[in-house]
Amino acid sequence: MKKLLILGAGTAGTMMANKMRKHLARDEWDITIVDQHKTHYYQPGFLFIPFGMYGKNDVIKPKSDFFPVGVNVIFSKIEKILPEKTNVLLEDGVKLNYDFLIIATGCRTVPDEVDGLKGNLWYKDIYDFYTIEGALALANHFKTWKGGELVINISELPYKCPVAPLEFAFFADAFFTERGMRDKVNITYVTPMPGAFTKPRATKMLGDLLEQKNIKLVPDFAIMEVNNEEKKIIDYGGTEVKFDCLVSVPPNMGDELIERSGMGDDMNYVPTDQHTLQSKKHENIFVIGDAADIPTSKAGSVAHFAAEIMEENLMCAIEGRPMTASFDGHANCYIETGYGKGTLIDFNYDTEPLPGSFPFPGLGPFGLLKVSRMNHYGKMLFRWIYWHILLKGKELPVDAKMQMAGKKL
Amino acid sequence: MATKTLAGVDVSVSDDGYMTDSSQWTKEIAGAIASEEGVELTDKHFEVLDFIRNKVADGALLTIRGINKSGVVDAKSFYQMFPGAPLKKSTKIAGVPKPESCI
Repeated sequence: MKKLLILGAGTAGTMMANKMRKHLARDEWDITIVDQHKTHYYQPGFLFIPFGMYGKNDVIKPKSDFFPVGVNVIFSKIEKILPEKTNVLLEDGVKLNYDFLIIATGCRTVPDEVDGLKGNLWYKDIYDFYTIEGALALANHFKTWKGGELVINISELPYKCPVAPLEFAFFADAFFTERGMRDKVNITYVTPMPGAFTKPRATKMLGDLLEQKNIKLVPDFAIMEVNNEEKKIIDYGGTEVKFDCLVSVPPNMGDELIERSGMGDDMNYVPTDQHTLQSKKHENIFVIGDAADIPTSKAGSVAHFAAEIMEENLMCAIEGRPMTASFDGHANCYIETGYGKGTLIDFNYDTEPLPGSFPFPGLGPFGLLKVSRMNHYGKMLFRWIYWHILLKGKELPVDAKMQMAGKKL
Repeated sequence: MATKTLAGVDVSVSDDGYMTDSSQWTKEIAGAIASEEGVELTDKHFEVLDFIRNKVADGALLTIRGINKSGVVDAKSFYQMFPGAPLKKSTKIAGVPKPESCI
C-alpha cells in the first residue's frame, strides 16, 4: 500500500483529505490525517463573537464530522517531520511513513513576540479576537465597557484574514452607535501598512469608509512595545498611541512543528513554489494554506482555491507526469462594513482588487468594492457553505483561477 | 518604466523611482539615490543594504521584525539610519523593488 499523509485537519487539510480520497483507489492508497485538536473552528466567525452576534456554539463542530469514509484519523501532537527519511514522528513515538506528504499545519498568533503585549493588562484591557478565548473574553469586556480609546493594532504582516481587523473596526462603530455610546468611544486603526489596505483601489475605498465612520487611521506603524503602565503602544519610530482598550492582531507564525523539523523560514512558514504548491526542497511534499510562505492572503478562500490546484498537481506527481496546474494566488474576501451591509474583494498575485460584479459578470449578485446588503448575505450564507460544501471538498460555482470578466479596470 | 541617470549611469527605474534591474546596482548608484533621500551612507549602511539585497534575492519577505532579528542591525538603529520610512528608503537605496505587502 502506498501512503498519503496529511498533517493538519483544519480547513486546508480537511479539504485535501476529501478531494484525494475520491481520486486514489482505496486498495492502493492509504490516506492518513493527523491533528492534535478534535474541534474544528470556523475561524471567520470569531470576528462576530465580540459583538454578541455569534456565540461559541456557532463556530465549533467536531473535526470528525468532516472526514470522508476511508481516511485514517489520528489525534496526536506531531513531534517532527523527517523529510530525508520520508517519515513523521508523533508525540508518543509512533512513526508514520509516507510516499507523499501534505503539510497543512496552518499558522497561529504569537502575542509573546511583541514586548508587553502579554503583560498584566492581557485579557483585562488588551485582547485579540483571532482565538476563541480572546474573542469570548472581549465579548464579555464589551458588555460593561464604559468607553474611551479603542485602539485596533496589527503587529505585522503577514497575518490571517487581512480584512478582519477592518471589519472589526466597522463592527465596533456600528455596535457602539447602536448602544448609544459612540460619542464616548474613539476608534483608532493602527497598521504597519501605508494605508487601510495594500493595493491602491481597495485602500482608497476602505480608507474612505474608515473616514465616513469616523475611525482614525494611523499608518506605517511598526509596533515595538506595549506599555502596560501608561496604556500606550509605541512604534520603532517613536510614535505613541494611547489606549483604554487595545484589540491586537499579534504576529502570526507557522506551527512550531515546522521549526522543530528545520523546514521553515524565520516565521516558520514552509518555502513553497507559489504556482505548483510543491515544497521548494522536497518533491514529495506539498504545502497548502497558511503553512506555506506563498505571497498571498492567509485565508480559507485561498486554501480553497489552492486545493483545486493541488489536487491536480498532486495527481500529476503521483502518476509521474509534469505538473499541469498553476496557482495564481486567488483570494476572495467578504468584508462586513456594519449595519447589515458588506463589500467584497477578489484578487490574486498580479491583479489588485477591482470594482465590478461577482461571480457572474454583469449580474453579480455580489458587488466588488461596493457596499451592499447582498454582500452581507453572502458572508452570512458562507458559514453554511463552509460547513456543508467547502470542507467536504465539493465544487462551488467559483473558479479557482481569478476571472477578469466582470471586473472594471 | 523610465530611465534615470544615477552616478553617471543610465538605470531603469519604476514610476516611483525604484530600480527595476537590481543587477545594475553599484555602490555609487546607491550613494546617488541615498543623497536624493537625504541619507548619508556609512559602512554600516552598506552592511544593511547587502543584507536586504541578499534577502530579496532569496525571495524572502522584508519586515521590520525580520531586520531586527537579522543580527545586522536592530530596528531602532534601522529607523535612525533611514529616518521616516526605513523599509521604503532602504530598499530604494539597495536597488531592489519596493516592498509590497502581498495581502
